[in-house]
Amino acid sequence: MTRARPILLGVAGVVLLGVAWEGYKALGPADGVVVNGLTVLPRTSDLAMPHLVTMWTRLGEPVTSAAGSPALWEAVVKAAGFTLGIAAVGWIIGVVVGMLLAILMQRFRTAESALLPWIVLSQTVPLIAIAPLVSGWGSQIRFGESRWQDWMSVAVIASYLAFFPVSIGALRGLESPEKAHMELMRTYAVGWWKTLLRLRLPASVPYLIPALRLAAANAVIGTVVAEVSIGLSGGVGRMMVEYASTASGDPGKPWAPIFGAVAIGLIAAGVVALLGLVLKRYRRGEVTA
Amino acid sequence: MKHSTRFVLGISAMAVATGLVLSGCSSSSPTTTSSDGGLTPVTLQLQWLAQAQFAGYYAAVSQGYYKDEGLDVTIKEAGADTVPIKSVASGDADYAISWVPKVLGSIEQGVNVTDVAQIFERSGTTQISFKDKNITTAADLKGKKVGSWGFGNEWELFAGMQKAGIDTTSGIKLVQQAFDMKGFLAGDIDAAQAMTYNEYAQVLETVNPDTGKLYTPDDLNVINWNDEGTAMLQDAIWADTEKLKDDAYDAQTVKFIKASIKGWVYVRDNPTEAASIVTAAGSTLGTSHQLWMTNEVNKLIWPSTAGIGEIIPSAWDQTVDIAKATKNDTGQTIVTATPPDTAYSNEYVDKALKELKDENVDVMGASWTPTTVELKEGGK
Repeated sequence: MTRARPILLGVAGVVLLGVAWEGYKALGPADGVVVNGLTVLPRTSDLAMPHLVTMWTRLGEPVTSAAGSPALWEAVVKAAGFTLGIAAVGWIIGVVVGMLLAILMQRFRTAESALLPWIVLSQTVPLIAIAPLVSGWGSQIRFGESRWQDWMSVAVIASYLAFFPVSIGALRGLESPEKAHMELMRTYAVGWWKTLLRLRLPASVPYLIPALRLAAANAVIGTVVAEVSIGLSGGVGRMMVEYASTASGDPGKPWAPIFGAVAIGLIAAGVVALLGLVLKRYRRGEVTA
Repeated sequence: MKHSTRFVLGISAMAVATGLVLSGCSSSSPTTTSSDGGLTPVTLQLQWLAQAQFAGYYAAVSQGYYKDEGLDVTIKEAGADTVPIKSVASGDADYAISWVPKVLGSIEQGVNVTDVAQIFERSGTTQISFKDKNITTAADLKGKKVGSWGFGNEWELFAGMQKAGIDTTSGIKLVQQAFDMKGFLAGDIDAAQAMTYNEYAQVLETVNPDTGKLYTPDDLNVINWNDEGTAMLQDAIWADTEKLKDDAYDAQTVKFIKASIKGWVYVRDNPTEAASIVTAAGSTLGTSHQLWMTNEVNKLIWPSTAGIGEIIPSAWDQTVDIAKATKNDTGQTIVTATPPDTAYSNEYVDKALKELKDENVDVMGASWTPTTVELKEGGK
């Protein structure tokens, strides 16, 4: 019973959202709620807010009427898998870079003073400014015979968003061991490297897990936005742009890639939760981020 | 000290590992530049995602017209933040497709590119409204809620209104228009910007709640900027001006234009197949919408006045005049001075057209007539 509880609550949350959507659509004013000329709540027309049934049945129909066109849900699953793959690469790069920066900053005080402001500043640069730069630089790069691919630019942009929470969270985690523990290590004449492995890294886990979760969410968002920005085909980002043109004639269709993006986010969060299970014995007194 | 050494070693090991992971990823996707059979690799940068607006280039790839000329052409789609001309200027692409007014501004800022073939002779931009609004000319827009996309897509609209004597800062209510027609259908916009080949069709693919059937052309009034005299030149092939001095690039440009024109001739003669080629290239537009776009794009090219791709000086001058004189909602003009003579050249397209005429290819399309495309709900 206790195990089923969170699942039941989760399902209840989704149902509640659906009821709120259909409820507002049925009862809300047709022209939406406008305050001082600003629309604060949307119109309730079928164009602005299609019925949930419309979105659901649309998923089962083919993408287009062309012969051999796959069902919409199949196309979305395929695109979501593509986006998830890139987000995973971006997440891994982001985690590795973030951890390295955190260790570097923990080891050398100078590095912390020199790097930390830049790490914070890096996140104030808007994505639309970075994206064309990254793809521009990327196209100049060759690895022997093979060439930089557009998806790599997207992964790099995703990692740019993902490394930030990891570096900050890991730094706090690495610096979290109590003084008594550090002094114990010193009395054993244990070097810095071993202290890192035996004390600092295990102690950082409660800080790291929430940071990894944030990084996963950032990597997914970064991937979707970067796909749109540099025009990479195959993922849900591009699908959102393409399907937007059917918003009036086929209002259920543009919602399909949005569901795909939600699914990717859930999977990414699930993977981090699994990672948390593996590291369970280090997760005492976890701080939530 | 000893610990630092180990630390540095550890860092280097991780860096190497990361590098390996990255290169491992890269080798999983095949390279696109391998030139087989001595073909010259050429990259074409589009100005948007794959769709029938670019059908001629996709047809030229799929029908092997580029290969016949010794070119291995890779078509690059654009994203929301891609500036096609920058790709040519930075050498990422050899040629780009872009609207003329969008490039004129870049040229004034010092980018050296040349319009080597004006594929679209006519403009596809219109301003559409429902019949009951009684908006049939630019002058009728006065006092109305006028939709505008902005970002360089608004110049013909502003030129048209200013030509009709409307003060565009106070005489209209300017509404920022999204790239779908929801605002127009909901009544937020009286007259909305619409490309003949895209947004106009989006409206015709929507069910009219009053009749339960799709909207028809009879429900709409269309202001066509070609008729109002404020049309500007749109899709053109742009090349790097500096590189054109190089004999190899010069010859390659003629070949590229020649094969591209053959692609567009194929699209004219086989619109259904052309629409399928674009869909096969990765476009997810609905079948009837894709075919509509193919047919409408054909109308912008055929019948051709002076041969497809030929830049007609009077049309170029009209574009430049509007670019110099028209102020948009932020009070800016596209350019302040006439662009340099290198901004366009008929030298390459003339050579391509001559070769095509020798091969008995019809580059005029004088007898071409558009087909009738029946749009389905949602463009399906």
